[in-house]
Amino acid sequence: MIHSLFIINNTGDVFMEKHWKSVIHKSICDYFFEAQTKAGSPEDISPIIATPHHYLINIYRNQLYYVAVVTTEVPPLFVIEFLHRVVDVFEDYFQGCSESILKEHYVIVYELLDEMLDNGFPLAMEANILKELIKPPNFLRTITDTITGKTTGVSATLPTGQLSNVPWRRTGVKYTNNEAYFDVIEEVDAIIDKSGSTVTAEIQGYIDCMVKLSGMPDLTLTFVNPRFLDDVSFHPCIRFKRWETEKILSFVPPDGNFRLLSYHIGSNNMVAIPVYLKHNIFYREGSAGRFDVTVSQKTTMGKTVENLVLECPFPKAVLNVTLTPNQGKYTFDPVTKVMTWEVGRLETTRSPNIKGTINLQTGSPVPESNPTLSLQFTISTLAISGLKVNRLDMYGEKYKPFKGVKYLTKAGKFQVRT
Amino acid sequence: MTDSKYFTTTKKGEIFELKAELNSDKKEKKKEAVKKVIASMTVGKDVSALFPDVVNCMQTDNLELKKLVYLYLMNYAKSQPDMAIMAVNTFVKDCEDSNPLIRALAVRTMGCIRVDKITEYLCEPLRKCLKDEDPYVRKTAAVCVAKLHDINAQLVEDQGFLDLLRDLLSDSNPMVVANAVAAISEIMDASPNAASVLEMNSGTINKLLTALNECTEWGQVFILDSISNYTPKDEREAQSICERVTPRLAHANAAVVLSAVKVVMKLMEMLDTGGDYVTSLVKKLAPPLVTLLSAEPEIQYVALRNINLIVQKRSEILKNEMKVFFVKYNDPIYVKLEKLDIMIRLTSQSNIAQVLAELKEYATEVDVDFVRKSVRAIGRCAIKVEPAAERCVSTLLDLIQTKVNYVVQEAIVVIKDIFRKYPNKYESIIATLCENLDTLDEPEARASMIWIIGEYAERIDNADELLESFLEGFQDENTQVQLQLLTAIVKLFLKRPTDTQELVQQVLSLSTQDSDNPDLRDRGYIYWRLLSTDPAAAKEVVLAEKPLISEETDLIEPTLLDELICHISSLASVYHKPPNAFVEGRGGLRKVLPPKSEQAEGLVEELGAQEPTAAPPQPTVIPGADSLIGDLLDMDMGSGPSMMQQQMYPAQPAAPTPAGGSGGMDIFGEGLDNLLGGGSTGGDMLGGLGDIFGMPQTQSYVPPQEVWLPASKGKGLEITGTFARKNNQINMELTFTNKAMQPMSGFAVQFNKNSFGLMPAQVINIRTPLPPNQSASTSLPLNTQGPIQKMEPLTILQVAIKNNIDVFYMSTHVPLHVLFMEDGEMDKKIFLATWKDIPSPNEVQYTINNVPHNADTVSSKLRNNNVFTIAKRNVEGQDMLYQSLKLTNGIWILAELKIQPSNPSFVLSLKARAVDVYEAVKQVYENILHN
Repeated sequence: MIHSLFIINNTGDVFMEKHWKSVIHKSICDYFFEAQTKAGSPEDISPIIATPHHYLINIYRNQLYYVAVVTTEVPPLFVIEFLHRVVDVFEDYFQGCSESILKEHYVIVYELLDEMLDNGFPLAMEANILKELIKPPNFLRTITDTITGKTTGVSATLPTGQLSNVPWRRTGVKYTNNEAYFDVIEEVDAIIDKSGSTVTAEIQGYIDCMVKLSGMPDLTLTFVNPRFLDDVSFHPCIRFKRWETEKILSFVPPDGNFRLLSYHIGSNNMVAIPVYLKHNIFYREGSAGRFDVTVSQKTTMGKTVENLVLECPFPKAVLNVTLTPNQGKYTFDPVTKVMTWEVGRLETTRSPNIKGTINLQTGSPVPESNPTLSLQFTISTLAISGLKVNRLDMYGEKYKPFKGVKYLTKAGKFQVRT
Repeated sequence: MTDSKYFTTTKKGEIFELKAELNSDKKEKKKEAVKKVIASMTVGKDVSALFPDVVNCMQTDNLELKKLVYLYLMNYAKSQPDMAIMAVNTFVKDCEDSNPLIRALAVRTMGCIRVDKITEYLCEPLRKCLKDEDPYVRKTAAVCVAKLHDINAQLVEDQGFLDLLRDLLSDSNPMVVANAVAAISEIMDASPNAASVLEMNSGTINKLLTALNECTEWGQVFILDSISNYTPKDEREAQSICERVTPRLAHANAAVVLSAVKVVMKLMEMLDTGGDYVTSLVKKLAPPLVTLLSAEPEIQYVALRNINLIVQKRSEILKNEMKVFFVKYNDPIYVKLEKLDIMIRLTSQSNIAQVLAELKEYATEVDVDFVRKSVRAIGRCAIKVEPAAERCVSTLLDLIQTKVNYVVQEAIVVIKDIFRKYPNKYESIIATLCENLDTLDEPEARASMIWIIGEYAERIDNADELLESFLEGFQDENTQVQLQLLTAIVKLFLKRPTDTQELVQQVLSLSTQDSDNPDLRDRGYIYWRLLSTDPAAAKEVVLAEKPLISEETDLIEPTLLDELICHISSLASVYHKPPNAFVEGRGGLRKVLPPKSEQAEGLVEELGAQEPTAAPPQPTVIPGADSLIGDLLDMDMGSGPSMMQQQMYPAQPAAPTPAGGSGGMDIFGEGLDNLLGGGSTGGDMLGGLGDIFGMPQTQSYVPPQEVWLPASKGKGLEITGTFARKNNQINMELTFTNKAMQPMSGFAVQFNKNSFGLMPAQVINIRTPLPPNQSASTSLPLNTQGPIQKMEPLTILQVAIKNNIDVFYMSTHVPLHVLFMEDGEMDKKIFLATWKDIPSPNEVQYTINNVPHNADTVSSKLRNNNVFTIAKRNVEGQDMLYQSLKLTNGIWILAELKIQPSNPSFVLSLKARAVDVYEAVKQVYENILHN
């Protein structure tokens, strides 16, 4: 299984290593560095690198590379999911996962990694179990510890969740305010072609929860229109049988923040496109080219598009742009050549526009093709697929919890070719 | 209070200070000191000098301190084995502790200390822990068995731990079951002996399926992978397993999803293809695969590599999901390239318009690799979807108009393929292509263009001028271009003999007299001979009608595909190679898809025993299967990846161009005979002609043929033979001579079990009947997937030959070097580490006398035989060569060759983990160096 883990920063320092079997010298990372120099950008490094005796499986998060070393035939997704989980646990423990934060908590990081795997097999991966074993650092605790003189961050008893059949929830949870919030979030991924017609559009949806309920609550969540959910991935807590037979989500929730399910609504369904772009972009040799883009609202079911940001990655040949927006402001990064226009709110009454000139570097040839624009936006109180929660019921506990459902639509990978 | 303080140290005597703190009386100070030590360790500083001091802190009630000390022990015990013994007592005591957490921790840590003496003490506590009342301890102990097996497999088997482990499969706690499964699969991977003890039956599978619903997501992956190795006894069982596994397709963990996909894909083989259940399964498989593509790019990549296999096996699953494979401009490049590949596989007449529009869009992107592949993809669409060919060609022409250098070159390469698929259809565009002649600077594009000119020479008025212009820089061209130019000019000459005589003479003399390249020279000579002896025959050979290329290029060969389907979700599925091709030390276990249920009964046992099937099915997908001669003569560039496949899976024969007049042209002996004699075979073509024409390759050492079966013993059949390695392929070169009075026919070959699992990769191809007093040669490709039995001496191979008269047995020696792999070049650092790692008793020295070469020749000679020189050093006037080689069964051999100038005796030192091979390796060195 997983043999070793190296954490490498942007400058190529292997600043953290953990071995679950025998020690592999960190010179193995040279193969990774080789792949790194070949790749155009950090994101382009192949996730799996073969070396004569080992395989390096890596992910890139928060400017750090997490490189796992395996020697035998293992499922790579298993390793990748593990690495994702490592990052999640770090973020959960330290509220961040940068190099300085990890260095600050070296010993805890090492203890955590040791607890997560044994001989390369997952041992305790659930955040709530780990937290019972190894206390997260916390300002308050530091103070009480210093006063009481007790500084152990390691529990001496076996975590309760470790063996229960609901490993995601610890026992004995108590809250004075019992509350459960559900956020239905939908991201629209779309490719719009030059003429404005939709090449492909799909929705990645998920329901993120914040559940703070005492005891062992058993929840059921029903939808007005569950037929939208035919391609779903569930948190392990959901009872699959009931979903299959009754289309009801029945589960004992984990404590705190978690993702209950994610779903996918594919391009075979009709997906509404909330905004529409009109654009006229061209380059000219020797003189200034033109850039003229207008955004207008399309299908939003009466809601307002907010936080609209338009990004335009220009090719290297572009020297700078001189633009005038009639709403919001724009910036141009001369290094990455990315123009970012922060439009803000999209009013129904007028369509924001930005126009001006593009200047090429002298001597560069006219770029072959126009840039692909990408859009970000949010529409609150709307799930663009139309998915609606019907009701939430709680069994197993006596108190009355406070419940809430919120809807939000966002742009995912929303790209407009020009 | 942060941990970074553990790194702030005073300038001098850090270790000394820590030592003092570790021996402090105050508990707190001690713990802080251990933390400092651990912190130094994590960044890779050597703090092993503190070993005794840290171990002294071990006996404590404080769990955190204990854990920290354990962490330290695991890291350094190996370097301080004697000291580590000091810790044993505490471990054994902790294994009896009342707190299950401490019991588990102790047994877990002990397993991580890879010191023999500690291992001895581990057995008893481990046995107890495997039966501990607390499931947490049991589950930790299960993993510990795997650890122990890794350290000392024999011990685990002798002590009966495998049985204890199997018992845990019926444990009441699903987490324990999951860990037992994980441990078992790791043990089975490492040692096939254990496989028999731990074999799954329908009872255990049932228990696993029950545990599946209740264990953690990671446990589910182990269980699903284990289930995928089980072959159900009938269709009903297969279906019931499928039913219980499909809910996992909706799991949030991508690894669980893909493992479930594997189980379903495999079991579907056993189900009735037309049945409703299979149809419903197919429907269920699409959504989870699509969902994986909306995850992080790393997950997408692995998913895409697997989807690539799945759509080749069952394209119906994703046939309606083309759009999810459309490329977003900010996808990482590795995702883009994979998506493109799958788009082509899913292209059909119904979606070609969309696909083409997308591809055209991609061809204007920035990333050069991606653009190239997109252009190539347009060509593949044209070949695949005939009605769209015209649109594809016009798209390609549009792209050529952009004049972007690499786009133009790539377009020309694919247009050549389109010409082969649709001959005489699109010649009108040749004029446009010719306009771009000057911009072509890549060999493949130049060669393609030259091929087009040669092929359509009669329609291009100035073909002679065009070809002549290439001829000026002939010497500087890449071999591929030279060969192509030679062929093209000969074609031109055959089509327009009157005004091109001068040109053809020029090219023939350039390739035969002024070239050092044997391939080019030989081809030149052949053409020369052909043209001077029998121009009519030449015309028939050179201008022979070329077989069409098939629609799908680069499909994975079906048997390999089936094997890879069994490995979905694993590294093999990412590399599209069977695991034994790249995982070290992996035995001959190969997975096969279960047979259709009708035959299941009889075959299950056979498959269970993991015997490779006796006669591998004939490969069928190779596009150029019947176009070998065409390829050899004028298609050196092949059609992209298909060429590689041909080399890996030698094709079945096709009757090559028949032509008269085989007499009087014995200058090339066998090779030419085969070319013209008719009735020769695919094996021959690869073996014989492959060398003479095309296929640039290094010249590896081929021992002279020796008599294996004298005519007196073979009832008139004499067999001489040798072994050779060509194009990554082991061949048995055989010459059959009929010295009897009657013709012979019905030849067949079989091998006895042997040390390296050699077996024929295809049936023997030989011209039959073999008339009296004639000989026939053939080259029989071998693979190493046969049954293995160690022979004494190692290299012996017993062969049985059958013909219409009798069966004959002969014994041959396989020269070891044909088993040296092309990837036997070890990294320098690894070489160094491995050299040190192998104990010195394994080192053996030989002296090789009378070598007439210097160090450089030696290293290049050896290099041609896949013995790689990793480093060269000059020590006191003598050259030291450090070399590595790898056998087909994954054994690495390291060598050091000491060469003194003016002394023809070399000293060869060998180091390997398996010493049995030394004698054979030394023999190889002698043969090669004396050759």
